[in-house]
Amino acid sequence: MAEGLTWNVYDANTMTQADIYGDVLCLLGEKYDRIVGLSADLAKSTKIGKFAEKYPHRFFNAGVAEQNMFGMAAGLALSGLIPVVSTMAVFTTMRAAEQVRTDICYQNLNVKIIATHGGISFGQAGTTHQCTEDIAIMRSMANMTVVVPADGIECGNAVIACIEHPGPVYIRIGRGFDPTCYADDKYGFEIGKSVEIVPGSDITLICCGITVLQAREAARILKESNGLSVRVINMHTIKPLDTEAVRKAIAETRRIITFEDHNIYGGLGSAVAEVIAESGRACAFTRVGIPDCYSLVGYPEDLYHHYKLDADGIVEKVREVMGKDFEEEENWEDGF
Amino acid sequence: MPLSEQEIAGLRQHARQLRQDILDVTFWAGGAHIGGALSIVEILVLLYYKYLSIDSKNPQKEDRDRFILSKGHAGVGLASLLARKGYFDFELLKDFNKFNSPFGMHLDKHKVLGLDASTGSLGHGLPMAVGLALGARLQKKQWLTYCLLGDGECNEGSIWEAAMAAAHYKLTNLITIVDRNKFSVDGNTEDVMALEPFAEKWRSFGFIVIEVDGHSYTDLSRAIDAAMEEKAAPVLIMAHTVKGKGVDFMENDFRWHYGGLDSDMLAKAKQVLASTAKD
Repeated sequence: MAEGLTWNVYDANTMTQADIYGDVLCLLGEKYDRIVGLSADLAKSTKIGKFAEKYPHRFFNAGVAEQNMFGMAAGLALSGLIPVVSTMAVFTTMRAAEQVRTDICYQNLNVKIIATHGGISFGQAGTTHQCTEDIAIMRSMANMTVVVPADGIECGNAVIACIEHPGPVYIRIGRGFDPTCYADDKYGFEIGKSVEIVPGSDITLICCGITVLQAREAARILKESNGLSVRVINMHTIKPLDTEAVRKAIAETRRIITFEDHNIYGGLGSAVAEVIAESGRACAFTRVGIPDCYSLVGYPEDLYHHYKLDADGIVEKVREVMGKDFEEEENWEDGF
Repeated sequence: MPLSEQEIAGLRQHARQLRQDILDVTFWAGGAHIGGALSIVEILVLLYYKYLSIDSKNPQKEDRDRFILSKGHAGVGLASLLARKGYFDFELLKDFNKFNSPFGMHLDKHKVLGLDASTGSLGHGLPMAVGLALGARLQKKQWLTYCLLGDGECNEGSIWEAAMAAAHYKLTNLITIVDRNKFSVDGNTEDVMALEPFAEKWRSFGFIVIEVDGHSYTDLSRAIDAAMEEKAAPVLIMAHTVKGKGVDFMENDFRWHYGGLDSDMLAKAKQVLASTAKD
C-alpha cells in the first residue's frame, strides 16, 4: 500500500467517493510515473480532473467519444503505461462495451477503469444516466476484475490495490455524496477477499456498494428489536467472488439475502446464487436490488428507500425471510 | 530516399511469394478473407521489408516500430508474411482455422508472434494506434506506429472519433494507411454506404492526405517518406488498390471478400500469378 494515504472520517465525510479517488490517484501518480489518466469530457464530474490538474501532460481528454477513449487506453497500455480511465458506468459498460471487452479484456491489458454514477446513484438524471446492468456485463468478460467499494475510503483502497493488480480492473462507484461506512482505511482491504463487518449466526446479508452501510445499520436495529444475530458481509469484489465466505455463510447461517444497487439479474445476487446452487446445500435465499425494471426518477435516498435498499428496507426484508419457517419444508435437510 | 531498381525487384519477389502464400493458406484454411488480403500485399511487403524497424529474433524489442492491422480480417496475409519474416514456421499455417490452432482468421497477439495488437472487430485499430502513438510520445520513444485501415471499416464511427483525437493531439508519429479497394462485404462501398468524398473527409478532420497507387512501391514509399517528415499534422495515405489484386478472376469482385479455394481453383489462381510474374 502506498504510504501516507490515511483517510479519516472527517476527510471522507467532506469528500465524495470520487473526490477521494481523485486525491488517491494524485498521490499514486507520484509513486508510479506510468499512470496516465483519461476521461471523456467528464474529468470534472468524475474527479479524475484532480489528476489532470496535477499532471496535465499525463492526462488525455478524449472528448465525448467513449469508444475511442477505451481504444486509446488499450493503445496506451500496449505502449507500457497504466491508463486509469474514468467516465460514467453507463457509457463505459454499454457505449464502449466492445472496446472494453475486445481491446482491453481480450488482450488482458493493464487498464484500470473507475466507473462513476453506477446504479441509481444519479437517479434524478433518469434511465439514460443510470446504470443497473454494468456488474452483470463486466462480470461476464474474461480477465476482468470487478470491484464495488462500500464508500470513499474503500474506493481509495481499491484504487491503490488495482494499480498493483495485473490486468483490467473495473471499479464501480456511485456519484459520491454517500455516507461513509469505514472509519479509516486500515481494515485489511484485499481484492477478492470479502470483509465481515458484523458477525452473526442467524442470517447473512451479502452486500456491495452503498448497501453495506445500510445493512450494518439494519443489523443493529434487528439485534435491538428482534434479538437477531445478523451477519453482514461487504462483498466488495464481485469477481473473483469470495466463494469461501459465501459457503461459510450457507453452512453457518442457512439464510442469505443479497442487497445491491443493480438489476437483480447478473450482479452480486446472481454471483452469490451460483455459489449457493453449486454448494448443493439448502439455503434460504433472496436477492434484493432493482427488480428487472428501469428505475423511477428521483434522488438516490428516495429511490434506495423505494427499492428496499436502505436500512428500513433491509430490516423489512430480513424479517420477511426470518418469518418463513424453512425447517418445516420437507426437503430442507435432504442429504446433509 | 527513393527506392532503387534493385530494391523494387526484391520487393516484387516478396510480393509474389506472399500472394502465393495467401492462396495456399486460404486453401488449407478452407476459406479466408482473400480479396482484402491480396489488395494490401504491396503495402505489407513495403512496410515489413523496408520501413518497420523490427526484429523477428527479438519480437518484443522495446524500441520496435508498431504495426496495427485495423482491417484484422486480412490476417491471412499478415500471418503469412510474419512466417516468411521468421517469426514462426510457415508450415504451422497448415492448421489455420483448425481446432486449437494459434491462427484464426482474426489474429490473436497472445498466440501469434510478431503481432502488436489483436484485431478483427472493425473500427478498433485506429483508436489503439492513437493510444500507442500518444504513449510513445509521452515516454519520449522514437518508434513509429503504423495503422492499416480498410475502407469499409471507415463506416465505423469510432474511426472518426480516433481521427479527431489523432489530429487534436497532432500525432505525427502515427502513419495511417487506408486500403481503398472500394469494396466491403456487400458490394461497392459507394453503394453500401458512401465514403466519398473520402479524402476530403480526412482532410476536414485535420489529416494531411496523400493519395497513391497502393500497388506502386515508388508511390507508397514516397508517401511514407513524406509522412515521416511531416511535423504539423498526422498523415493519411489513401492507397488506391484493387480488391483481389493479382488473381484476375478475383479482382474487383466483392464476392471474393471471403472465399475458399478447391484444388482446381488453387491451381488456376497460381497459374495466373505465375503468368504475371515478370510484370
